[in-house]
Amino acid sequence: MAGTLWIGTRKGLFALRRRGARGAWQLAGPQFLGHIIHHVVQDPRDPRLLLMAAKTGHLGPTVFRSSDRGRSWREAREPPAFRKAADGEDARAVQRVFWLTPGHRSESGTWYAGSSPAGLFHSADEGETWQPVAGFNDHPMRPRWAALGTPDGEFLHSILVDPRDAAHLYFAISIGGVFESSDAGRSWAPLNEGCEADFLPDPNVPFGHDPHCVVQHPLLPDRLYQQNHCGIYRMDRPARRWQRIGTTMPKKIGDIGFPIVLHPADPETAWVVPMDGQSVWPRTSIGGKPAVYMTRDGGASWRRMDRGLPRSQAWFTVLRQAMCTDSRVRPGVYFGTTGGEVWAGSSAGERWRCIARHLPEIYSVSHAT
Amino acid sequence: MSCQVRIASPLRSYTAGAATLPARGHTLAAVLAHLEQRCPGIRFRVIDEQDRIRPHMRLFVNASEARELTVPVCEGDTVHIICALSGG
Repeated sequence: MAGTLWIGTRKGLFALRRRGARGAWQLAGPQFLGHIIHHVVQDPRDPRLLLMAAKTGHLGPTVFRSSDRGRSWREAREPPAFRKAADGEDARAVQRVFWLTPGHRSESGTWYAGSSPAGLFHSADEGETWQPVAGFNDHPMRPRWAALGTPDGEFLHSILVDPRDAAHLYFAISIGGVFESSDAGRSWAPLNEGCEADFLPDPNVPFGHDPHCVVQHPLLPDRLYQQNHCGIYRMDRPARRWQRIGTTMPKKIGDIGFPIVLHPADPETAWVVPMDGQSVWPRTSIGGKPAVYMTRDGGASWRRMDRGLPRSQAWFTVLRQAMCTDSRVRPGVYFGTTGGEVWAGSSAGERWRCIARHLPEIYSVSHAT
Repeated sequence: MSCQVRIASPLRSYTAGAATLPARGHTLAAVLAHLEQRCPGIRFRVIDEQDRIRPHMRLFVNASEARELTVPVCEGDTVHIICALSGG
């Protein structure tokens, strides 16, 4: 399968391209050298359109758009921004556009963006102009829902649009929890029951959790998976309680990590990259021996997949947007590391090989057709 | 009031590469608004949506640093937009 992997890094945008399923990967770029690229996403409704969340270390955050599959880019005319605060209000400003999600297939041109500090934004014109979603950004509970951000701020991410219902939305805030709307974002409610928050004085709170990544299967939209700061979870709607499925991981590995990705055609199959969450939270490969773990039964069991990965002294981290699959029947699985390597796992991750190295710290890896 | 605006290199993608541009306005806010008309998008990379100067940006009128957009600009002044880089 021909395809492109868009690699967003701390220092610019790169592309890995190949022709055919067995072709060699060719690295192109950088584009936007020196810009911080948090996310690059292709529009499944119009594959020519790509959106990219970017900023530099000193300039403000913005969104770039490409309507020719990444050959050329143009900045959004009105990037995501909070409304101007009234006197006495908390005067928030977007520090990072962190996450991009295309809207429902019935709503051509719609997109959502998540920011740090936690904000939700909507575009109705393919990302050219953005408006704050008042239903969350001005929600009276928002200051409490997103009260525990780190010094880097809270990150709003994992924006999910139910493929059956354009008005049914989810997102996650790290730190804040998972939230759901059934009315196109006009109102929101926490969805964190059953999920642990063992870093809080009261671990059984309705919000304040730390979801690292939440995904919804396109063919079984009632199935949600969550890689959380406190383990791997699953929820089958209409249930409202998360079930911890990471307890079936090997004890010496645990179930802490950032990304979780799903098989495009099988809701039972998912991949995670465990990291070290012991003591001071190094967040590196466990023991310097990186491995991907795959479940094929919805989390009842997990299998280590490390054939081809370094056997020792490899201390990288895989961030939440830095893992993806392609759309083959036995999909390729891809991840980028904080050490600037991109790894490709053929046949659903059975065998890994490094397809790029020496890149800047990788923030996102996404597949485009 | 007419002034000159010196543009830091990270912002020159908005100015077609120009390092200095003429602008008009009695205050920094007015000068930046005039600059935005000529170079759409440049203001938001420097000033946030609450009209605050972004943390890694610095504005000077002649040799004096300006912390507020209400600072006056006089005929013949030079406004400097400077990037304050940190880290690697």
